[in-house]
Amino acid sequence: MSQKYFELFGLGQTFTIDLSVLESHYRKIQSAAHPDRFVTATSAEKRESMQMATLANEAYQTLKKPASRAKYLLSLNDIDATQETNTAMPMDFLMQQMEWRESLEDFKSLKDVGGLDGLAKEMHQAAKALATELITLFDEHNDLVKATDTTRKLIFINKVCEDINKAITQIED
Amino acid sequence: MALLQISEPGMSAEPHQHKLAIGIDLGTTNSLVATVRSGMSTVLQDPHGHALLPSVVRYMQDDQIIVGHQAESKQNEDPINTIASVKRFMGRSLKDITNRAHIPYRFVSNNESEGVSQGMLQLETRAGLKSPVEISAEILKTLKLRAEKVLGGELTGAVITVPAYFDDAQRQATKDAAQLAGLHVLRLLNEPTAAAVAYGLDNASEGVYVIYDLGGGTFDVSILHLSKGIFEVLATNGDSALGGDDFDHRIYCWILDQILESNQTKHLLNEEDTRLLLTKARQVKEWLTDNYEAQITCKLSNGYAVDVTLSTDEFIELTQNLVNKTLSPMRKAMRDASLDLEDIKGVVMVGGATRMPHVRHAVQEFFEQEPLTNLDPDKVVALGAAIQANVLAGNRSDEDLLLLDVTPLSLGLETMGGLVEKVVPRNSTLPVARAQDFTTFKDGQTAMSIHVLQGERDLVSACRSLAQFELCGIPAMTAGAARIRVTFQVDADGLLSVTAREETKGIEANITVKPSYGLSDDEITNMLKSSFGSAETDKQARALVEAKVDAMSLVSAINIALEQDGHLLSTEEKGPINSAITRLEDLLNNEDNHAIHDATEALNTATEQFAAKRMDVSVSRALAGKNINEVNL
Repeated sequence: MSQKYFELFGLGQTFTIDLSVLESHYRKIQSAAHPDRFVTATSAEKRESMQMATLANEAYQTLKKPASRAKYLLSLNDIDATQETNTAMPMDFLMQQMEWRESLEDFKSLKDVGGLDGLAKEMHQAAKALATELITLFDEHNDLVKATDTTRKLIFINKVCEDINKAITQIED
Repeated sequence: MALLQISEPGMSAEPHQHKLAIGIDLGTTNSLVATVRSGMSTVLQDPHGHALLPSVVRYMQDDQIIVGHQAESKQNEDPINTIASVKRFMGRSLKDITNRAHIPYRFVSNNESEGVSQGMLQLETRAGLKSPVEISAEILKTLKLRAEKVLGGELTGAVITVPAYFDDAQRQATKDAAQLAGLHVLRLLNEPTAAAVAYGLDNASEGVYVIYDLGGGTFDVSILHLSKGIFEVLATNGDSALGGDDFDHRIYCWILDQILESNQTKHLLNEEDTRLLLTKARQVKEWLTDNYEAQITCKLSNGYAVDVTLSTDEFIELTQNLVNKTLSPMRKAMRDASLDLEDIKGVVMVGGATRMPHVRHAVQEFFEQEPLTNLDPDKVVALGAAIQANVLAGNRSDEDLLLLDVTPLSLGLETMGGLVEKVVPRNSTLPVARAQDFTTFKDGQTAMSIHVLQGERDLVSACRSLAQFELCGIPAMTAGAARIRVTFQVDADGLLSVTAREETKGIEANITVKPSYGLSDDEITNMLKSSFGSAETDKQARALVEAKVDAMSLVSAINIALEQDGHLLSTEEKGPINSAITRLEDLLNNEDNHAIHDATEALNTATEQFAAKRMDVSVSRALAGKNINEVNL
């Protein structure tokens, strides 16, 4: 993860980014670098095209979503947000976590898709609030310790959302 | 994979000349070929004015092979040697085909690769064992010939469409078939994406569109974001074994039930009867699109006269659960794209099976809007493929069309306990690469088995096995000390290659995933040899011509690049490139194709740094261009 994703899209290395600029620059880069532009090119050029298009896809996907963007920003500061650290999650978040997990299991056993959808909406709200928090922590206070905690929370929430989707798919099948 | 390179002489055409490029829709029921002429995408017809070529291949007694309408008309007489719907067998083993008893072919399992019980199935015909790849190649050859006749020249290359939900084995099989047919494959293109291109460009559409593509044997749903010529696939889902054929089959089974009911003696059907009733079933299905009732009359081989009537209501009852089977992929795709119904601007219907009223009705009910049916569902895929082929061949200078497609199925590796660890999630934009690190679990372990799988389930047994290989020569270390990095790269065709590397000592193993279902390089080489039927000297001559064409087109490409961007290189950097060019040009008077080949490779290697610099410059140019536009706004 040493590639400079922000630099690739001409963006400053901040948590707050202009998503419309990210998107339009991504499309510009793919328009120039995509393998479809190099079908009749030399094999050296084809390889370059494949590498650049792959990099642009990965960079775009990483920067597009708040959790992966935060995780990437931390990694640029040698912090691995997915690694267990000494700093435990605050008690209230741990309690909240358990509640979410329990509701997920309840809805799942009841095969209640509506309930799962509602839970997903609640999680999205919580994720939004955390992303707003990250703006302050990264771009105003440059508080990487707190930002790491908040990022971990966000990653956790995304994981629950994934599990909710999986549960819905299972029920619908 | 070191397949034989079949260079078309057309490849060496002058850079500014219009190149003949075609789009082929290789369908389950019908296949088509289209091209862009005077800026318009058009389907090419045979001398009788037929656009659709029935995907039926008949092997004759006199070694002749007949493809299309003529073969289709003999299906009932000669079912074993007349193969229809071969697409359903591409990249599939015998155990994948569930209703074999009701398909009038002689299936043979292909077990020649040791230890693999799941090679691609084959069909026994009077011309010998035929693989689905060979049979598909006959269809492609026919279309290639049609295009060459109509266009009057050698083809630069072709875009071949595949169902979006085709897995790696099915895609590889399709590419192999095209190669076998002597086509230069510019790209494998997903059918719904091709349809979106034809539809979107015609209607100048912007926004999020759903393509609902129910063909003869496959179902795809793709959700695309269309904006200023960029077609970005947000999610795709489907069922690569669900299509119009299954509706025919339900009717066929219903007819059988009727026969049994009215006649207590059990009728044993032979292959001719099976094919006859399947053909009748298809006619009934088509008839019921515009009529309420269909009467089925025919005589079986034992003289029994079938006379039954099927109503639309009964037909719907028989097949509603097939229609419902398309709903779950739609829900999944919508969820994967994180979209709500109100985000969808239009739903485009593609594939002949979407003519059935109850299919349209179900789609309308699901999306709460009337689906768009204002284009020919049979032709739109080929038309889109031709547009893309035209762009890829370099005929359009304005670079305003770009397709960003995704991988339909997750890719993963087997881990302890028969579980799959996902490495590339489904719906990742192509091309995509992901790396995963592994370590040894025993002291002194020197080899590691890597099992690549495709699918969404957690259990190895529930996913499709793509390849299994051994990574040998890991330096003996204590358990957990070795670091083996496995990298998956999925290219723009949706095809996977895997590289494994031991990081501490740098031992590399490069594997292009050639699935157990695919053909080996030797098999393809043999098929090509036998299809050319040429003597050893012809082969030599051909190889020499190919090597020279490759060399000349490379030199000309590099000279153009040097003209445009030569200033990026210092004189010292240009030196090795120029001497590699001179060396290669000197060899062109020679008759040694191996020397020419090696010198071509050397020239390619000499230009790697130049290629990298040009790429960086073109990316910065692209971004700079955007910035100027923003200022102008």
